[in-house]
Amino acid sequence: MLNDIFIKPFVDMFAAPDFLLQVLWEGLVSGILYALIALGFVLIYRSSRIFNFAQGIMVVFAALTLVGLHAMGVPAWVAVVLTLAVMFGLAVTIERVVLRPLVGQPDIILFMATIGITLFLIGLGEIIFGGENKVMITEQLGIPTGSVVLEPWGGLLILEQKDITAVIVAALLVVGLLLFLNKTRMGRAIRALGDDHQAALSVGISLQTIWVLVWFIAGIIALVTGVAWGARAGVSFALEVIAYKALPVLMLGGLESITGAIIGGLMIGMLEKLFEIYWGQPLLGGNTETWFAFVLALIVLLFRPQGLFGEKIIERV
Amino acid sequence: MLDSAPAREPLLEVNNIEVIYNHVILVLKGVSLSVPKGGITALLGGNGAGKTTTLKAISNLLKSERGEVTKGSIKYKGETVQGRDPAELVRKGVIQVMEGRHCFQHLTVEENLMTGAYTRRDGKGAVEADLQMVYDYFPRLRERRKSQAGYTSGGEQQMCAIGRALMSRPEMILLDEPSMGLAPQLVEQIFEIVKSVNENEGLSFLLAEQNTNVALRFAHTGYILESGRVVMEGLAADLRENPDVKEFYLGMSDEGRKSFRDVRSYRRRKRWLA
Repeated sequence: MLNDIFIKPFVDMFAAPDFLLQVLWEGLVSGILYALIALGFVLIYRSSRIFNFAQGIMVVFAALTLVGLHAMGVPAWVAVVLTLAVMFGLAVTIERVVLRPLVGQPDIILFMATIGITLFLIGLGEIIFGGENKVMITEQLGIPTGSVVLEPWGGLLILEQKDITAVIVAALLVVGLLLFLNKTRMGRAIRALGDDHQAALSVGISLQTIWVLVWFIAGIIALVTGVAWGARAGVSFALEVIAYKALPVLMLGGLESITGAIIGGLMIGMLEKLFEIYWGQPLLGGNTETWFAFVLALIVLLFRPQGLFGEKIIERV
Repeated sequence: MLDSAPAREPLLEVNNIEVIYNHVILVLKGVSLSVPKGGITALLGGNGAGKTTTLKAISNLLKSERGEVTKGSIKYKGETVQGRDPAELVRKGVIQVMEGRHCFQHLTVEENLMTGAYTRRDGKGAVEADLQMVYDYFPRLRERRKSQAGYTSGGEQQMCAIGRALMSRPEMILLDEPSMGLAPQLVEQIFEIVKSVNENEGLSFLLAEQNTNVALRFAHTGYILESGRVVMEGLAADLRENPDVKEFYLGMSDEGRKSFRDVRSYRRRKRWLA
């Protein structure tokens, strides 16, 4: 038994390094999507202290809008632009209708409001686009669908081109976002707002503008995630469930840290794949991916309540 | 009054305002004051007198704390202030430095200063010039520009907060309790800088302070608030010589130190004052 837990998995890993790489790659791809969703959470949380429960449904909604528009005969790239416009409209609406009237209310009320947004978007999505599964318009968007076959150490490693595209696009998105947050006036304002609401108001930063901006960025992230995940698993309301995977990522990475969200996402993606293949399937009968991340997060929380990368709480006495 | 010489137009006029928090708690019960252009006006009084509330009523930051002005008017350059966005006021030249400094803890000192320029549209060059000006007034900030504001000392944070306000190119700064929690030397230093900004840049200050002694030495005029009312006003020099102010706020009196026996008469006189 001990042998099966502590020795055999590692022996297996070294015996077939190409397979190990394959497992890690699969983990990386799902990890990067977890990271993206977590990033959406972090941005909104930092700038408004709202835990945005609706991030998951925004992914579904963005993907549905894109596919739905294309089904109506809109060319793929035009549909992307239109979907972005829809996400912007959504951000403006949420700020006007939900956030603005609730300014200054306790956090839990705002959290409940985002649950309301979730249910509303589920309903709206079903009315407009119907509830059945759809296929992502991968090819129409020019995303390559072939695969790259590598042969490390004489073994076999298959990388799907759409996964490679997803990784590259996600990486570009993250780099762009970091540059935006650190180098621009608006980005600075977003970070300032996350530190101190009152002070941000006092220097003339407008909450409304920043909130719309942040929700719109979350919308863009949702669209990218939706396309990438939809390309792998189709577009349906079940997609929303992957958003819950962002919760352990956030616990691991801390609610406030962008780096934490990225590293946390990648770690969870890869660790859960490794665990499933080398421990879960042989020892526990498989299907460990549904709960592994949560258990891991729980263990981390026991030792570091602010998460691995949570912003250190600066306190002066 | 047609024959009297036209008085200098006040920059800010607060006329008999009442402020209520949460629809029930009456904090200001009719406060009036006026701030002349280019002057330092001190707003004095103890804890809970309503100094901060008055400043926030002017800068319109009350709304986010569920407070509202229910009576009276506030006019800046003759325009009504109420109902405007704080951001709009910053653009018009009124900015508040809040009590307790409120720097952005995770931003560097320089980034903090740059957020002050958020509302400006006059180009990078002008902002950069002002950044250098702020560093000239506060050389300490130049040394610490790359540090996270949360890790700087209380005095540095106060400088950072004032510098940040200066970056918005204001005409008037509402400065709330700059002396809070600082060593006397540092307080002196910060007031010196405020004074030189006032003289060199022609900026007006409305200064809320508990430290009556320092505030009256640097201010031109002063108002004394007590439980939401103005109980005394006048030139700072006159206030400093006023026996009641001396006794109640400066802790001095002609008869020397007060003993505990006199507390009763102190209370009586105080009631008469209000």
